[in-house]
Amino acid sequence: MGGLVLRDVTVRYDDLVAVRDVSLALPAGAVLAVLGPSGCGKSTLLRAVAGLEPVASGAISYDGADLGGVPTHHRGFALMFQDGQLFAHLDVARNVGYALRLRRTPRAEVSRRVGELLELVGLAGYADRLPATLSGGERQRVALARALAVEPRLILLDEPLSALDATLRTRLATDLREILRTAGTTALMVTHDHDEAFAVADRIAVMRAGHLVQDGPIGEVWQHPVDADTAYFLGYATVLTGAEADRMVSSAGLVPGQDLALRRSALVVDDAGPLAGTAISALATPEQLRVGVEVAGLGALHAVAPLGSHVAPGDAVRLRIDASRTAPVPRGDPRVSP
Amino acid sequence: MTHHVRARATLASLALLATSACSAVGGSATDGDRTEGAAPSEVVLVTHESFGLPDELVAQFEEETGFTLTTRAAGDAGTLSTKLALTAGDPTGDVAFGVDTTFASRTIDEGVFDTYEPTTLPEGAEDYALPEGADRLTPVDVGHVCVNVDTTWFAEKDLAPPASLEDLTEPAYQGLFVTPGASTSSPGMAFLLSTIAEYGDDWPAYWERLLANGARVVEGWSDAYYTDFTQGGEDGTRPIVLSYDSSPAFTLTEDGTESTTAALLDTCFRSVEYAGVLAGAANPEGAQALVDFLLSEDVQAALPESMYVFPVSSAVDLPEDWARFAEQPTDPYAVDPAEISANREAWLTEWTDVTTR
Amino acid sequence: MTRRLLTLAGLAALPLAVLGVFFVLPVGGMVARGLWADGAFDPRGLVEVLGRPRVHRVLGFTLWSATLGTLLSVAVGLPAAYVLHRLDLPGRRVVRAALLVPFVLPTVVVGVAFRQLIGEGGPLAFLGLDGTPTAIIAGLVFFNAAVVIRAVGAAWESLDRRPAEAAAALGATPWQVLHTVTLPALRPVIVSSASVVFLFCATAFGIVLTLGGVRYSTVETEIYLLTTTLFDLRSAAALSVLQLVVVTGLLVVTGRLRAVADPTVSRQFARLGRVSRRDVPALAATAVLLALVAAPLVTLLVGSLRAGDGWSLANYRALGSTGDDPAVLVSAGEALLISLRTAVDATWIALLLGLSIALVVTRRSRSRGERRVRSLLDGVFMLPLGVSAVTLGFGFLITLDQPPLDLRDSPLLVPIAQALVALPLVVRTLVPVLAGIDDRQRQAAASLGAGPLRTLWTVDVPVVWKPLLAASGFAFAASLGEFGATAFLAREDQPTLPVVIFRLLGRPGELNYGTALAASVVLATTTAVVMLVVERLRVPSLGAF
Repeated sequence: MGGLVLRDVTVRYDDLVAVRDVSLALPAGAVLAVLGPSGCGKSTLLRAVAGLEPVASGAISYDGADLGGVPTHHRGFALMFQDGQLFAHLDVARNVGYALRLRRTPRAEVSRRVGELLELVGLAGYADRLPATLSGGERQRVALARALAVEPRLILLDEPLSALDATLRTRLATDLREILRTAGTTALMVTHDHDEAFAVADRIAVMRAGHLVQDGPIGEVWQHPVDADTAYFLGYATVLTGAEADRMVSSAGLVPGQDLALRRSALVVDDAGPLAGTAISALATPEQLRVGVEVAGLGALHAVAPLGSHVAPGDAVRLRIDASRTAPVPRGDPRVSP
Repeated sequence: MTHHVRARATLASLALLATSACSAVGGSATDGDRTEGAAPSEVVLVTHESFGLPDELVAQFEEETGFTLTTRAAGDAGTLSTKLALTAGDPTGDVAFGVDTTFASRTIDEGVFDTYEPTTLPEGAEDYALPEGADRLTPVDVGHVCVNVDTTWFAEKDLAPPASLEDLTEPAYQGLFVTPGASTSSPGMAFLLSTIAEYGDDWPAYWERLLANGARVVEGWSDAYYTDFTQGGEDGTRPIVLSYDSSPAFTLTEDGTESTTAALLDTCFRSVEYAGVLAGAANPEGAQALVDFLLSEDVQAALPESMYVFPVSSAVDLPEDWARFAEQPTDPYAVDPAEISANREAWLTEWTDVTTR
Repeated sequence: MTRRLLTLAGLAALPLAVLGVFFVLPVGGMVARGLWADGAFDPRGLVEVLGRPRVHRVLGFTLWSATLGTLLSVAVGLPAAYVLHRLDLPGRRVVRAALLVPFVLPTVVVGVAFRQLIGEGGPLAFLGLDGTPTAIIAGLVFFNAAVVIRAVGAAWESLDRRPAEAAAALGATPWQVLHTVTLPALRPVIVSSASVVFLFCATAFGIVLTLGGVRYSTVETEIYLLTTTLFDLRSAAALSVLQLVVVTGLLVVTGRLRAVADPTVSRQFARLGRVSRRDVPALAATAVLLALVAAPLVTLLVGSLRAGDGWSLANYRALGSTGDDPAVLVSAGEALLISLRTAVDATWIALLLGLSIALVVTRRSRSRGERRVRSLLDGVFMLPLGVSAVTLGFGFLITLDQPPLDLRDSPLLVPIAQALVALPLVVRTLVPVLAGIDDRQRQAAASLGAGPLRTLWTVDVPVVWKPLLAASGFAFAASLGEFGATAFLAREDQPTLPVVIFRLLGRPGELNYGTALAASVVLATTTAVVMLVVERLRVPSLGAF
């Protein structure tokens, strides 16, 4: 099987087990996001793949070849850090061309390729600048161009967009996806931000406390979180359990017997809706109206209304359930009441 | 000018502020006490680092004269002479001890010393008086720089040790001699002067023969004696070394009955150390008292053990080891201090040329 | 003038005053004495002296030996800095402390120890090194490698690993990572320490004479000869001027080499690396250096334990008393205490002055003129290292002779002279680190309401703490071992241990010799222990910040 395969990988720092028995497969050409809260071991996993941390047990292979004992610089991967880690003493062009020069690429070829890459990341004309004079977003673009320069068989991205502000992050995430697709690069990205993961990756793996709790194609994971914590981490606003879940499920006509994760937009204000509630807050956003509602027996929930609707706190509202914005969560959570 | 002085004062107060807290060194600085007008109670002796007197003798001096003795000792004889010459007329003390034969002329020429002649010199001291400047510098001790041999080594090899400077160039003694350099060491300079006294203007030719015979020139006395001499360090390889006439008294066998080394008395250069009252001294009386004291029988008798030199007085008894094993030459080489002063640079330049050729 | 500039001027005033009184004035006095013959300035003398072939030869040898000594010190110092500061090697602290020992040993002792190894009767006699330039260079490396190791090691220790990891991930071999990422990041501190080493090498005195025999002269030995033996003040002054010119040139060059596009260095407390196969070359270089340092030290130790034909502690027993030698008025034990007290004083003076200078020099300048003044200040304090101790010592005598500067016999002269020698070490260790702090951190602290002192405490001090410890270790060791100026200035009742050792070695007799070696061993051990203790000091608030 092509691509990256991890089998039962465990990484230890002295007595602390940072990554425990993680198995993963990343086919060539795919982009996998490892999602998890800080301290879950995802960065350690990335460093182990890069060859920067020794693997205590298990195996990492690429295209069927075991990577145990292969030093970082022989793995043919490229690593891009959260804050870029540009070489401060080199200008942008020399940063981007760094790996090419290591390979003794002819000067003209380096310069052509650097120009191409800077074009790709939208920084044409920045060749002579020093890293210290760039903005955060620009630095990340340079770092990306540098990582892509030698057409690595796998690019490792450590929270590539976290250091950026929200607008820039959204834009760069789209660009990143586009650039990776264009270059046809296999990529492994770690992040704690689900939006970033969804925006860039096509596969997702969720880690918690050193364990891999779920992985698969992005839609599948998104629609079937393995448990409530995962659902929350994937961006679901509420997870209803037990009788509450059953009540919501029956109102929506969904398959019963499972808990239910709801996104913010899972309930829509609709006069024909099956549920009754009372609006407790209302906030206009550019796309829709966000409404907080109190539903008898279910407590406070998030809902949305189309722009232009008139909902004010205290109003009685009817609510429809948008099934595509919910996800079933298997029962088995200890908190579920019998 | 005032401006200059004020700037200096500001600098000084800042600097003192910076350093006033250095109490750990312990403040025995006494300069502040020496106000003019009041009768000074302190005598300051400027000398080299080899100077040392037993505590009892210092106490005796202070008791007899009522002065406190402060000793400022640093550097070797050359440093001392330079220091004195540089501060002539504005001395850092009242009296100096340790200017030797080779540097006496420099200090006299620079006007370092006031005239002072002790009323009575000890018996025999006259022999050591300077040809010029005897009214300013008083001889206190005498030492001889002589070639020393490891007698046990020569006995083992069944070879007669050399006896003269000329012998050192004999093939029998090839590669056996080590000496400190004249440009880097006082005894080394003394040895050069011996050869000049013996060979006159032909001394460079002698040195060429000496070096051709495998003589080794090293930096300083301790280097030659402790590293290269067979009786010095454990790994020494050369049984002939330049040292002092007193050295054999320090290389006794375990039972103390004989010495394992001997000084070659026909190779010695005489070096006398002098004391004198500094021109511009704050306490000339005290200075004179100290010069007199250095000639007293007690000090003269203590010189061998405290400074490794012979007294100028022939009246005092030598320590037992010295009397038995440290023989003084009767007719050592000597060069007139004025001549040394006039030719030192030329001689050293020539010597350096010959030895590094 | 703004308050900011006034504060900076205030900070600079104290070090400048000390430098003015204890360096510029004395050296100026000596040079003036030599060049103003009979009250009139006579530059012909200067020209004549500098035209002599001998002077050219001496200058050539000085530059050659100092350059080679510096290059080799850096060549073995860098791998050793890596091994001892980045690798998780058992016993690294002890080795680090031990490597500083040469720094404190009097050259006369080291000379004797070296020559017992390479001299005619020594175990290494077959190498034929005695009296060769090679021996001089080896001696220079022996003394100075520790400077490179400590300064570079302190910077390397806290160097962010991630740029290097990024390079490795981009396909750079460890060797390529080293010379494309790590060394450029360390360049300022490497150049800094190399320039200090160069000055130490160029003004080395005893080691050149002892190991080179009388064959080789450097500018330093020549000045000594001209001043004390020949009393040729004019030539000595000319050579002092030459020294100043060379040193100034060196400072200009290193200033250029040191300048980097972006001095900001991100620092972190990196975990130590595990020793792996690719560390073998660095480990080997360190081993070579250790052998070079250990061999003479072992010779010393063995020598100190010999008495008669057997092993004995007699030499150590003699340390407590003045022995059978009334000429040495102070026992080695007392002298050690005096040494330690003097070194403590010299250390805090050097740290106080050095920290002030480093702060002044590294604050961001608002104008080009201001920047010039700062870099000038930076260089000026290196000068005391480059000028002969003889010139300085005699200069004290002829200039500090009138109130309020009648300091000729002040007991403060010794610690101050030692502090002047240690000062460049302190400044050079601190400046690269302080310059590496992102100024925005200070601005952030100030914007949060922190006053200048508070900012210093919360931003600068935590970063500079380890280098400060390294610097104080340096200063302490340099002071303990300083001999040139100390021997010149020490007063009879206050000799330091190196002075006593020197005196003991100047006398015949097995016990004197043995006692000198034993005292050297004690001096070395004391230094190593003090260094170990200093390394273990920590600021409790460091982790909290």
